[in-house]
Amino acid sequence: MATAVGSRSRSGRNLRTWGAAGLFMLPALGLYALFVLFPIVQAARYSLFDWNGLEPLDQFVGLANFERALTDPTFLGAVNHNAVIVVLTLAIQIPIAIGLALMLNRRFRGRAILRLIFFAPYVIAEVITAIVWSLLLQPDGLTEHFLTAIGLGGVYAPWLADPDTVLLALFFVITWKYFGFHMILLLAGLQGIPREVEEAAAIDGASRWQGIRHVTLPLLGPTIRVSVFLSIIGSLQLFDLVWVTTRGGPVNASNTMAVYMFDRGFVRFQFGYGSAVAVILFLMCFVVALAYQRWVMRRDMEGATTYG
Amino acid sequence: MAEPSAAREVVSVVERGAAPRPGARIRVGALAVSVLRYVVLLVVVAIVVVPVAYAVLGGFRDAPQLAADPVGLPDPWVWTNYTDSLTSASFWMQLRNSGIVAGLSTVVVVLFSALAAFVLARREFPGRELAYTVFTLGLLFPATVAILPLLILVRDLGLLDNPLGLALPEAAFGLPLTIIILRPFFRSVPKELEDAAAIDGCGSLGFFFRILLPLSRPALVTVAVLAIVSSWNQFLLPLVMLSDADNWTLPLGVTNFSTQYTTDTARILAYTTLALIPALAFYLVAERQLVGGLTAGSVKG
Repeated sequence: MATAVGSRSRSGRNLRTWGAAGLFMLPALGLYALFVLFPIVQAARYSLFDWNGLEPLDQFVGLANFERALTDPTFLGAVNHNAVIVVLTLAIQIPIAIGLALMLNRRFRGRAILRLIFFAPYVIAEVITAIVWSLLLQPDGLTEHFLTAIGLGGVYAPWLADPDTVLLALFFVITWKYFGFHMILLLAGLQGIPREVEEAAAIDGASRWQGIRHVTLPLLGPTIRVSVFLSIIGSLQLFDLVWVTTRGGPVNASNTMAVYMFDRGFVRFQFGYGSAVAVILFLMCFVVALAYQRWVMRRDMEGATTYG
Repeated sequence: MAEPSAAREVVSVVERGAAPRPGARIRVGALAVSVLRYVVLLVVVAIVVVPVAYAVLGGFRDAPQLAADPVGLPDPWVWTNYTDSLTSASFWMQLRNSGIVAGLSTVVVVLFSALAAFVLARREFPGRELAYTVFTLGLLFPATVAILPLLILVRDLGLLDNPLGLALPEAAFGLPLTIIILRPFFRSVPKELEDAAAIDGCGSLGFFFRILLPLSRPALVTVAVLAIVSSWNQFLLPLVMLSDADNWTLPLGVTNFSTQYTTDTARILAYTTLALIPALAFYLVAERQLVGGLTAGSVKG
């Protein structure tokens, strides 16, 4: 009796639910198609026109906007700055997050509150982060006074105003805001590693460092790869923080692709050209994501998608 | 806040380590590692806490005090920066606008995602995995990439300077992450429950609203918290969609305030602090859900 009901309802679920499934998905699909998919298609279309966003869309220019972007030193500089941020993030921010996650992955008093504090900057808006750090780093601000007080006054320079250091300064602020997020992800990954494995390594005579190097980190691999992936995508789309602190300056030294796009599109009303930049940015993210998932994350795709 | 207990722990480690016992060399090594760990952690705590403390305390000073010594404590404590902002209409208006937009976008994204995640998790139909993949692809393009056509679209819909013009795109771009978090959760609800409900005459919709959603409350709270935080901090969309200052959200208001009063750092700090408080308060209340949401997959992964 029970099986009959079960099988009937199961087959019923399979056959009748196409319509029902569609109905359940309709609101999400509609919203998604309208505000996510459609604008991306539109960006591709606008990118082929010379357009200021107001007049009729009739100045077809083919791929001229793309050619212009790919030969504009300012845009190429912006691409380069995004690349620098990606490299710095992977080389410095992620290792810091891994180190802190390893430190916090053992029971000691104060651990919960440390976790709470380290993650807090993640919930602070980039805008607020940008304003506070601009004030902290400006000449005669807290940073300069602090460095002077500990005898390192000569180290200070107005980093955000110097084309040579502005990217490093922004990277520092980015790290301040996001290291806690990666630490939390990695900490969750660490907690998924059975203690027994590490204990077994210790019993076999591995030192703590060897244990970390040869047992913990490889097992943490999937989480590290997710962290790396999110960092790359995030770094490629960097906008708020740069816009509020420097607007891409001084002399374009901290321009990113998104800042460049915003400036050309909304400040100079070159909607067609701005859309071409958006398409390039989109393609870069897409290619990076596909390549990364194809070559690096292959085996932990399931896990990766559930991390978000 | 962490210092006292952390310091106590160092002391207790030192006491334990100092107790004479055999194998003292290992103990000394372990002690050094422990101390080093606390030193590193405390430095990081300082780097995280000092900017926030500087903003909060700086708001209680005035421009001459800050100019004379940016490091010191308020002396005397100046309340006018905070009271001026708290009595200004614009601060409350921005707070309200941010709240309305966050509320709208959260309700939409959670409800729509839950409906979609339900069939994506518990029904079999052709094209299901394709639909899921299309949603997950959305993770790759946040609103930044589509911002120019989004403005045109929202303008054509007549939603410029309207909370819906922000809330709907925010909800749309929030769908991927929300569906990704909800699907495994919905899937883990046992089939037997649904069969039992069906026997009792409960259709799909009834099961969804009366059984699945109540059972999934932790996951729903988690995605709601994520949606609120991301809407609350959103900057680019309001920057583009809102021109009338009466409709500004807090991030816009704060940036504008900071460019308007460039010379009065203390006022900026007070306003920034006030804008920061709701987010931090919310974080303290919902930390578990927020962290749980972001790391939910890691246990399964």
